[in-house]
Amino acid sequence: MSRLELRGVSKSFRGLKAVSAASFDVAPGGIHALIGPNGAGKTTIFNVVAGVYAPDAGEVLFDGRAIHGLRPDQVCAAGVGRTFQIVRPFAGLSVLDNVTVGALQAIKDVPAAKKHAAGIIEKLGLSAKRDLPASSLTLPDRKRLEVARALATRPKLLLLDEVMAGLRPTECDQIVAIFRELNRAEGLTILLIEHVMRAVMALAQRIVVLHHGEVIAQGTPDEVVRDPAVLESYLGEETEV
Amino acid sequence: MIARLADGVPRKGLWLLAALLLLLTLFPLFASGYLLAIGFLILYFAYVGQAWNVMMGFAGQLSLGHSLYVGLGAYAAAALYVHFGVSPWIGLGAAIGISMLAGAAIGFLAFRFGVAGVYFAILTIAFAEFARIGFDHFAWVRGSSGLFLPVANYTENDLWNLRGSPVMFYYLMLAMTAGAFVLCHALLRSRMGYYWLAIRESPEAAAALGVNVFRYKMYAVVISAAMTSLSGVVFAFYYNNLFPEQIFHISRSIELILGPIIGGIGTLVGPIVGAFLLTGLAEGLRELMLQLGIDVPGVKQVFYGLCLLLVIMFLPDGVWPPLARKLGLHR
Repeated sequence: MSRLELRGVSKSFRGLKAVSAASFDVAPGGIHALIGPNGAGKTTIFNVVAGVYAPDAGEVLFDGRAIHGLRPDQVCAAGVGRTFQIVRPFAGLSVLDNVTVGALQAIKDVPAAKKHAAGIIEKLGLSAKRDLPASSLTLPDRKRLEVARALATRPKLLLLDEVMAGLRPTECDQIVAIFRELNRAEGLTILLIEHVMRAVMALAQRIVVLHHGEVIAQGTPDEVVRDPAVLESYLGEETEV
Repeated sequence: MIARLADGVPRKGLWLLAALLLLLTLFPLFASGYLLAIGFLILYFAYVGQAWNVMMGFAGQLSLGHSLYVGLGAYAAAALYVHFGVSPWIGLGAAIGISMLAGAAIGFLAFRFGVAGVYFAILTIAFAEFARIGFDHFAWVRGSSGLFLPVANYTENDLWNLRGSPVMFYYLMLAMTAGAFVLCHALLRSRMGYYWLAIRESPEAAAALGVNVFRYKMYAVVISAAMTSLSGVVFAFYYNNLFPEQIFHISRSIELILGPIIGGIGTLVGPIVGAFLLTGLAEGLRELMLQLGIDVPGVKQVFYGLCLLLVIMFLPDGVWPPLARKLGLHR
């Protein structure tokens, strides 16, 4: 059974088809990437999976259970963690308190949740900034905080929306290593939206390519980068990977 | 339990709190009747400010109609006492119940249908105004001619029926203020407290982390309403007269939020500091003008306005957060 399966998912906004009949699945323990040009419908798919929007048509199955139409907090409770492309830190709260909010989803007891949160902060290299308000963080750190908060909920599936954007190559490699480790050690399934092809190629076992709301290709990274439709619509003829 | 409550609170802060509590406990021993009345008023505003702060300061839901809960609490307990001789401590149950229901109704209407921000604030005003006009025509509580509690010169304090001297009311209000402080401190450290702050900062992010935003906003409104109604009960038995035109009036709603705004929204100490500053200084000013023989109506309102202006311009987080940093108490 797939961890996540989309079957013919469509979503329109006032007549504009953001996603039309998209179908793909993510295997348990896999790392899959969702790529495509701006406006292709990647974030809309995330929002449908995360329960922000109900799809106009189609189904979203998580471990075989239909989750479309659930509220975001219910989707989270089911085991889906997500980050926001436009970061949304709890600006007035400390880094530790930010992550603790996520941890409280998995652990009801506050001191224990704090401890769990501190461990995740450490893992993401934010320990030095633990007691600072989130508003004082730089953008790369805010992206890391997004990841830490989502991870703290102990998800089975993690949706990452452009968390590498704006990172320097070394920072990008660091965070890639963290995801690899989480995937290897804890079997965390990851679906990521990313423009940074360096990260996509390093991480993804399978890639789904969206264009104008439709899935135009999917397969292994090698298959996808050779796909003529993908080259034409997104990567361009001259891209070398 | 108590050890856990004090956990992580700076030592110095605990000492300061203990000193303040001691000072306030001893206050009636050397205060005149007039000073005692002001002391009561300060504690009253510290308490309601704390109650309002649960909704706005913690959960980020702006209520400009908290006079509704004060009034409902006051009328519920007073009417039961006047009509049936029911002790206010039993009437309290009715007061809290009715206020919680009112809060739940407003919260449900607003949060279920996505009414947020200033629109939510307007909704809270509307409900307080409904109550004001409704109670004006509510014959059972004597409508606009006002509900009066029987008054006599009490030689003994009857705590069960809340009939007695201002000193008794002062200590009652002090106990409530201290209780509200401890309660809010505990709430803020609970799972619910974290969820409230998350909702205040970003409801979308909170929901993505598994927070049932609707439910926790409802808890905030209902708890705040219940706490506020308690102050209404004491208000009714202290002043012994209730007029819808006064108790539900929007100026009362505004008055009770000035303390926390000036003291520091979302902080535990802010409502207390704000109440001391505002009420203390305003009454002091009035006394001073009286001594000088200057009689200008509305000087208190002008003073409130001035305080608000200065705080918003120079201390947008309120007086307490920078003060706490100065004292080395910042969390």
